Amino acid sequence: MDFAFMRDAFVTLIGGVPLTLNLAFMAVGLGAVLALLLALMRMSGVKVLDWPAQAYVFVFRGTPLLVQIFLIYYGLGQFRPTLQEWGLWTFFREPYWCAVLALTLNTAAYASEIFRGGLQSVPHNQVEAARACGMSGFLLFRRIVFPIALRQALPAYGSELILMVKATSLASIITMMEVTGLAAKLISQTFRAVEVFIVAGLIYLILNFIITRIIMAIEWWLSPHLRRPPAVEPRLEAAHV
Amino acid sequence: MQQLSYFELVGFGPNGWGWALLTATGMTIAVATCGFLAGSVVGTLVAWGKIGGNLVVRSLADGYTTVLRGIPDLLVIYLFYFGGSAALGAIGSLFGAEGFIGVPAFVTGALAIGIVSGAYQAEVFRGAYQVVSRGEIEAARSVGMHRWLMFRRIIAPQVLRYAIPGLGNTWQLVLKESALISVTGLVELLRQSHIAAGSTRRPFDFYLTAAVLYLLITWISTYLFQRAEAHSTRGMRRAS
Repeated sequence: MDFAFMRDAFVTLIGGVPLTLNLAFMAVGLGAVLALLLALMRMSGVKVLDWPAQAYVFVFRGTPLLVQIFLIYYGLGQFRPTLQEWGLWTFFREPYWCAVLALTLNTAAYASEIFRGGLQSVPHNQVEAARACGMSGFLLFRRIVFPIALRQALPAYGSELILMVKATSLASIITMMEVTGLAAKLISQTFRAVEVFIVAGLIYLILNFIITRIIMAIEWWLSPHLRRPPAVEPRLEAAHV
Repeated sequence: MQQLSYFELVGFGPNGWGWALLTATGMTIAVATCGFLAGSVVGTLVAWGKIGGNLVVRSLADGYTTVLRGIPDLLVIYLFYFGGSAALGAIGSLFGAEGFIGVPAFVTGALAIGIVSGAYQAEVFRGAYQVVSRGEIEAARSVGMHRWLMFRRIIAPQVLRYAIPGLGNTWQLVLKESALISVTGLVELLRQSHIAAGSTRRPFDFYLTAAVLYLLITWISTYLFQRAEAHSTRGMRRAS
């Protein structure tokens, strides 16, 4: 084990962390919007909305992410003249945007099921109580349904976030130089697979550890009702009277 | 040259890639199955370590599942692909062999999948073991069964029954992960589509076909796992 080499490798690979996080957060942020839309479509009870959403989830969860990335990055090249005509080619030419698009579409499918689970877990009596107080529509959603659903969905959404950080590694196959891309380059230059693997793995573990902690902190912050009430200090001055 | 229609392209005619794609689909299923089975062996051992090991074994097993589930699968594949050849080369040089010894891509892929899916399967097995009622195990002991006999007759059948849904999920993960093996050059479904796309300049058609074939495998295997679950729980009363 060559520790000097591993230190250098660490310095090299850490340069890929911004891109890894950038891809992951772009995808998760954009994907969350799409996922909420899909979840609402599935819960609408209208078949014309429900079926497309169901088909979307089935297709994107049933095929490998790498196929989706290739389909967007290489596949759409087949329609280059049309895309150029529409002015979309500048978007699909960039591996960065193709990776973001593929990751977004993919995470939206998984996250929509998580959101749906969260939304469906909101107890019915809470909604009834809110209606009895005169809330309806967006106010009801914003004050009652959304906070409860968010709390329910957060643990599963946290694991989806970690899956996304791991999934960004596939962007390296379409030339994005994030952590895995840099690691693959370093391995092919030095042929020291084990050392580079340990360093790259360590970086991912640190990232995922931090994300897990942040999610746990948000969960703690969102569920004050599950925490033990703070101990009340006994009042001392009464004893002196 | 006249443009081939989509069905001529992916069909079984003289210019069609149908047979190549079907063979590659078979390869995908083969490498995924081998990886899954290797993962079952690893998963069983790790779950055993987690349940019955002493402090050292338990923390090793915990570390294994945490690490393998926390790093990208692609890194593990690179490790086996590059690291495996390097290790073989080192062993070979001990016996006087010179130069680079390549590990077959199939073995690399199946091993990498096995190591990763083993971590997931260990959690599935551990969860299933905890559902097996303590009373059954005590009863088995009280009639004098030894560990192996108890494992074979009492624990394994019940753990498998409870593990089927979780194993189904892991199988789906494995199937999708097998697409990553294409980076090592193994001609499975994605690699074959890549080759066909390159030589015909019709990437969209081929990647779409690959996606459809993957969906088909997913769909059939979901059905089979549902059947297996229904079959294994046919004697159980459901709380409705």
